[in-house]
This record gives sequence, C-alpha cells and structure tokens, in this order.
Amino acid sequence: MEIFSNILIYFVIVPLLTIGGLALTSNKGIKAIRAVAVAGASVLMVLAIWLVMIFLRERGAGNQADMILTGSWMWYEPLNVKLALGVDGVSVVMILLSAFIVFAGVFASWKMNPLPKQFFLWFFLLSTGVFGFFISIDLFTMFMFYEVALIPMYLLIGVWGSGNKNYSAMKLTLMLMGGSAFLMLGIIGIYFHSSADGQLTMNILEIAKNNAIPASWQMWLFPLTFIGFGVLGAMFPFHTWSPDGHASAPTAVSMLHAGVLMKLGGYGCFRIAIFLMPAAAQSIGWIFLLLTGISIVYGAFSACVQTDLKYINAYSSVSHCGMVLFAILMFNHTAMTGAVLQMLSHGLMTALFFALIGMIYGRTHTRDIREMGGMMHIMPYLGVGYVIAGLASLGLPGLSGFAAEMTIFFGSFQHPDMFHRVLTVAATCSIVITAVYILRVVAKLLFGVVQDEHHRSLTDATWEERLSTATLILAVVAIGCFPNFFIDIIRDSFNPIVDALQALKM
Amino acid sequence: MDYSQFLMMPQEIGLLAVFLLVFLYDTFMPRTTQRALPLVTVVFFGVYIAWAFLPPAAGKCFGEMFEASNATWGMKNILNIGVFIVLLQSVKWTNNDFVSVRRGEFYELILLTLLGMFLMISARHFLLFVIGLETASLPLAALAAFEKRYYESREAAAKYVMTAVFSSAILLMGLSLLYGACGSLYFSNLAFGISAVNGINWMLIVALAFVMAGVGFKISLVPFHLWTADVYQGAPTAVTGYLSVISKGSAAFAFMVILVQVFGTLYQEVWQWMLYALIVLTITVGNLFAMRQRNLKRFLAFSSVSQAGYVMLGVIAANQVGMASMMYYILVYIFSNLAAFGVVMAIENHCGKVTIDDYNGLFKTNPWLAFTMMLAMFSLGGIPPFAGFFSKFFIFVGAASTGSVAIYVLVFIALVNTIISLYYYLLVVKAMFIRQDECAIERFKSHWTERAAMVICVAGIIFVGLASCVYTSIVTLVEESPNLFMMI
Repeated sequence: MEIFSNILIYFVIVPLLTIGGLALTSNKGIKAIRAVAVAGASVLMVLAIWLVMIFLRERGAGNQADMILTGSWMWYEPLNVKLALGVDGVSVVMILLSAFIVFAGVFASWKMNPLPKQFFLWFFLLSTGVFGFFISIDLFTMFMFYEVALIPMYLLIGVWGSGNKNYSAMKLTLMLMGGSAFLMLGIIGIYFHSSADGQLTMNILEIAKNNAIPASWQMWLFPLTFIGFGVLGAMFPFHTWSPDGHASAPTAVSMLHAGVLMKLGGYGCFRIAIFLMPAAAQSIGWIFLLLTGISIVYGAFSACVQTDLKYINAYSSVSHCGMVLFAILMFNHTAMTGAVLQMLSHGLMTALFFALIGMIYGRTHTRDIREMGGMMHIMPYLGVGYVIAGLASLGLPGLSGFAAEMTIFFGSFQHPDMFHRVLTVAATCSIVITAVYILRVVAKLLFGVVQDEHHRSLTDATWEERLSTATLILAVVAIGCFPNFFIDIIRDSFNPIVDALQALKM
Repeated sequence: MDYSQFLMMPQEIGLLAVFLLVFLYDTFMPRTTQRALPLVTVVFFGVYIAWAFLPPAAGKCFGEMFEASNATWGMKNILNIGVFIVLLQSVKWTNNDFVSVRRGEFYELILLTLLGMFLMISARHFLLFVIGLETASLPLAALAAFEKRYYESREAAAKYVMTAVFSSAILLMGLSLLYGACGSLYFSNLAFGISAVNGINWMLIVALAFVMAGVGFKISLVPFHLWTADVYQGAPTAVTGYLSVISKGSAAFAFMVILVQVFGTLYQEVWQWMLYALIVLTITVGNLFAMRQRNLKRFLAFSSVSQAGYVMLGVIAANQVGMASMMYYILVYIFSNLAAFGVVMAIENHCGKVTIDDYNGLFKTNPWLAFTMMLAMFSLGGIPPFAGFFSKFFIFVGAASTGSVAIYVLVFIALVNTIISLYYYLLVVKAMFIRQDECAIERFKSHWTERAAMVICVAGIIFVGLASCVYTSIVTLVEESPNLFMMI
C-alpha cells in the first residue's frame, strides 16, 4: 500500500498501535503498561526527530513546495473527502512539540492511580487526535482528528482529576464542543464555496489555490472558524473553560492540554481561518485582535490574584496563548514566526510548570501557595525546575520565552497601522505583569517560610520525574539559545499567507 | 393476472416466507421444541437477509401501485439489518416465564409490521400506503402490551393505539382532500394535479399539513411526539428498540418519498418551511426534555425524538445527497440506538434496573457493558471516530447542499443542539465511569445472543463510519434511482 510509505501516517498508526498494545496488557501488570506506554512515546519521539531531519534535508535540497511529504487518498468519494497528508515548517515543529510533551507526560503520570491502563488508553487516543490534526491538510480529516483529541479530555478529567472535576470536565467538554459546532458550520460553508467550477474539495491547498470563497461569505465563515478554534486557543471571552479544566485535570493531561491541545487552536486559526479567507481576515481581523489583546492583559492580571498554583498557570496560559493569536493576526512574517515560537515555548514551559506543580501537589497534597513555603530547601531539584520555568515565562534572555516574545513584539510593531501599534504597546505591558505573578509565586513558594512542619520530611524528585522535567528544561533552553534553528524551519511556511494578504492590499 | 409481477418484490416475498415458516413452527411443532423458536426465527431471518441482498429488481407493478427501485431496495435492507439485531436481542427475553407462552406471536407480529413498512416504502398509491401504515402500526400496539402483567405496558399499548388511530384519521382526512382536489390517489397523478394548480390552494396546503401530521406521528416529530415517552417506557425494551429505530426509519423514508414525489412542486413555497419549523421544534424540544430524564428508556425516547429531527435534515434538502445521508443516518442510528437498548435490555433482564443512577459504577463491575453503552452514547452524540460523527456530518452537508442561507441557519441550530445532546449523553457516561456506588449492579454474564447483538452493534458503530464503502454504496443506490426527484 502506497499510503504506508509516507512517514506522516505513522504518527497516527503508532499511537493506535500503542492503544492496541495497552488493550492487551492486564489491568494488574503495571510494569507492562508502563513499558508499552514508554515504547509508544519513544517511537513517536524518534519519528518526530526523524521528520525534522527529513524536512531539513528536503529544504536543503531546494524543495520549495509549500507542503512536503504530501499525499492524498480518496476516502469519501461522493463528497470528494480525501485523507490528505502534508507538512510545512509549522506543522513539523508542532509535531516535534507534541512528541516531546507526550514523552514527558508518560513519565509524569508514572504512578497514575487508579486504572493506569485506561488512563494511558485515553491519553494515547488524545495524542492520536493531536498528531492526526497536525499531519492533515484536508478539512474533514482535520476536523475529525480535532474532535478525537477533545473527547478523551472528558474522561481523563472526570475519572482521574481532582477537585471540582465533574463540573470542570463537563464545562470544558461542552465549551470546546460548542467551539467545534461553529467550526463544523464554517467547514461546511467553506466546502460549498471551495471551487468556482463545481468540483468541490476539502483540501486546504486546493481551496487556497482556487481562492473562490466570495467575500460576502468570508465575512461569515471567517468569524465562525476563528471563534471555533479561538475557543480552544482560550481567546477572551471564550477562555473560561481553561482555568477550571486545567485545575481539575491530572498532571499529564494538563501538560498535554496546555502544551499541545491549546496550540491546535492557534494552528487552526492560521491554517484554516486566515489562510483560506484572507480577505475577511484583512477587513475584520481587528475585532479578534482586540479580543486577543484583552486576553493577554486580562489573563496576566487574573494570574496575579490567584492562590492555586494551577489556576495561576491556567491564567498565564490564557495570556500567553492570547499572544499567539495576537501575533498571527498581525499578518507579517516576523510576528507570525514569533507566534509559532511562542506556541513552542509556551507548550514546553507550561508543560514543565504543570509537571512540577503535579509533583509538588503529589507530595504536599495542596496547591494553595498560602499553605506552602520554603520548598527550595526541601526539594531543590523541583525548586530549581520551577525557577527555570518561571524565568522562561517572564522572558529571560537565553530561555525560550524571550526569543518568542521578542519576535512577536518586534513583528507586531512593524505593522504600519496605528491601531495595531497601540495594541502592541498595550500588550507589551503583560511582560511586566507576568514578572509580578511569577516572582510572587517563586518568592512565596520556594523561598518563603515553611508553613507546615510536615513538609520538611518530603523527598525530592524521583528518577522518572527528573527525566520528565529534564527533557522539558533542555528543550526550553534549546529554543532560548538556538532560536534560529527553529526560525529557519518555520519562516518559509508563512510565504503563501503573507503573499495572499499582500496581494489583497494591492 | 400476471404472476411475474411478484418478481418485483423479492424482499416482501422472502419476508412473507419467513413469517409463514415461523407461524407454522409456532403452530405445529411440539411443545418441547418451542423453546428453540426464537433462534429458529433468527436463523430464518439471517438466511432471508442474504436473499434480500440479491441484486434489486427495478420497476413498477400492480398497476403502478408498487415501485421497486435501488433506493427502496437499500432502505429495506437497512431495516432488515436492524430487525435482525432486534430479533437477536429478544431471544432471552421471549424465553422468560411470563412471555414464553406468547413468544411465537412476538416474532410473527414483528415480521408482519416489517412487511407493512416495506409496503409503505414502496407504495406509489395512497391506498397501498395506508394499508402498509396500518399494518405497521396496529400490531405494534399489541407488541407494546406484550408484558401485560405490568400496568405500564398496558397503558403504553392503549396510548399507542389511540394516537395511531387518531393520526391515521387525520392522514385519511388529508388524503380525501387530496382526492377531492386531484381525483386520483396515484403519487404521479397527484403530483401533476398539484403542479397544475396556480398560486396558493388552501385545500392542498391543508391536505399537506394533514399528511405531515399523520406520518409525523410515526416519526414522532414534535408536536406529534406526545405518545413517545410513555410508550417507550412502558413497552418491553425489545419493542421499544424496534419502535425507535425500525418504525421511525421506515416512516422517515416514506415521508421523504411522499414529500418529494407528491408535493414536490410545493417544496420551495410551502413544505420546506413547514418542515423547517418541525425540525427546529423536534430537535430542541426532544433535547430539552431528554436532559431531565432519569429513566433510561424515557431518556432514550426523548433522545430519539431529537434524533428524528436530525433525520429530517436529510428530507429538507429534497435532493439525492439529502436522501443518501438520511439513509446512512438511519443505518448508523440503528447500530447506535440498538447498542444502547441492548445494554438497557441486558441489565433490565438481569435485575430490572433502568434508571441512570442505577448505572453508577457500572464500569467497575461490568466493563464491557459500560464500554458498549459509552460507544453508543458517543455515536449518538456525534463523536468521532464513531459512525455517529460521520452520519451527522453528512446529514449537515446534505442539508447545506441546498445552498440557501435559511438552511445554514437551520444547520447551525442543529449544531448547537448537538452540544446540548452531548451534555445528556455524557451524563450516562459520567454515571458509568466517574460516579461510584457501593451497591452498583453486580458483575453478571449476559446471554450470548444479547452479547452477539452488542458485538454487531459495536462493529457497526466503529466500522460503518471509517469504512467509506457503506456511504458510497448508499449514494450510488440513490443516484441510480433518478425519477425520485423529478418534481422538485
């Protein structure tokens, strides 16, 4: 079969095989369950690194196609729905990010209890959806994988979560599914206007090439798709699922959700909403720019007043993911590159945050910063990890946050329009606010006075926790020190979009 | 008389043969062998399904009253698959102490109603249609009363028979108006008669409304759904399953045929908007009521009311894409809903528990039942990669293929309702997987026929969506029946 010679399809097959392997293990054999999960995650990691190498080789060999490794196989003939695969620089780094976080997530949920087997089953189903989304370039399959990634969240939070989990799980699922209702209508609308000559298609590249969606329809379809993905990207005012969901989710799920799933939103906004409907993006994009600007500042302020560690990070995610959408809506190369860097950076550092919080919570059984203090002495490894994550979040040079936010704000300020510039300046304030809430937590949690004498007897990280966090810390440092490596991969991917937007301006 | 006409109706003949065989077995075989009757029926019906899948005959017979086409052939086979599952599910129930004396009647009546539905689907003359409708309705009342030791079952039968007769009367009133206006009861003559009328003819519109009400009762469209919850709750679960998928599916198909073939010329101005209102009402009211139900059978009743609204989205498109997606939707709905009813029935047969709260902690004690139920709920809620997602998507595409903005709004309303429906489907999942209960239903082994039926349903839920050949072949069948949409 020709389809199996395309490396991309293995990003869906490997998680599915892992699910199959897990199904065969017995409920009691925790070692076998861990072995299968680690094997699956490692293979995905190797595949992702291999994919990056293939991509670099192709680009190095002068392959300038918008998408490489493309292939399409007819699936639903009457509707011309195909299983179309292909990646550009953005999808490649997103796949790399997902593989990293899945890998770290498996180790972060090493002691998952109860029902470890079922937990990993759902966990890998979620990753199937994530990888499938990033490798598809067909609207139908993209949407399908998108929903596959959403529904396991319900059970992952509901069964293995903590706190007010029933409420959070239902709220998260219904809000995200509500977003996908918008999205589905948008996709159906795009499909029926995908071509002028009657040969309807769901393939993103063909739709963009046909460029046949009438401007009047774009005005409706753009908001539908943008809001649909924006809900997942935690855009104000559709972000309320995020704090509750993250606070209740188990560690690995928070990691995967903040680290990867929220990126699906940003990726979809740019790949579907803006790429396919540039005219509408040009004329009404400012509404969404305003909303994302609010997300950035509002999220940061909200994080300042929270006392639950997970809530702090959830609101900080709202702020950082807002920056992604904000930069995407600036429509120039630099800002968009920054957006993807920010996706990477935020994905890794939030995953790191949630992993550390999960580990601390597993020891202290509280996430309230008022009840903790002096952790730096008690668990130095976790403490140092937290400081690194915090510094990355507030944008210290040398760590990933700096490279990303710098690029975003430089790019955004290049926008000639005064409105956009003023918003950029306003959004820049969030950097200061971020410093406030990060330093507040670090001071209180790590260097404050020990609040509970029982905490003095707690132990530092175990080997699998060290492995999980070290992987992420290394990645954060790598992006911070060698951003050019990633920028080179990403940059050319924006040519088609920026060209289309420039052509409109002429 | 030309007896070769019967060759046009191989499926009906085959069904009649199964009925007669079962009847003879029931009547003449010694008492000791009666216990095998359910399985014998299943085997006969299985053989018959293979026969019914033989390539279709196309054409009209009996003075053009009966039409066989590829689309009707496909629809009947879809119903056959569903009936097979229902028969398999009911084997254990019909062998229990209270029902076993009458088990022959159960199978005979089921087969007879199916025959009536086949006639409804193929009828091209209102006389045959009404005969089919009555054959399909009245025995169902007897079936609803099958557990006559229970008050609810008797009540269900009474309610069903009252509403059925009342709606038949309305339908017949509509038909007499039609006859008065056009002087014929042939679909084709009526269509030409109606198209010859210029402007708005209130007599025709009233006739149309009456026909919609009469058939809408069978599909349980709001506001003709009031019988649904009580009948579904009171009737034996096997009958409820049958009512909710087979009876509904056949009526939906016949409804579409009548609307496009007889009233085709009134589509743009009149019935599109009537159906529009019915769909919005059906989906919304069904959903809102389903949220509050604690009894699973009532819950599934309201869920099936709302699902009927989605089925109608295929009808409102009034084109081939719409019809194909409707048939596909019904097929998927058969698998999903019967999986849910299969679990409800297995648990009800075991310990008589039917409320959602009884299912708390089911995953701990009966993981496979919980798993099947979860798949059914996800499929009904339209979650990929299960078949329900594909059927929902295609039915939305089918409706939107008309291209009118009003229909896009309708699709949007339906999509918002999908989210509401997801909420209550997740409530069941929550009970089984998340809630804990000290006195959860204990671990038990359901009868092998029940498990076999569940396996078929689960396989259907998983593969009917992912294997595109099912949808593709349904589209081909509909496209090969071109004269359906002449009048639109």
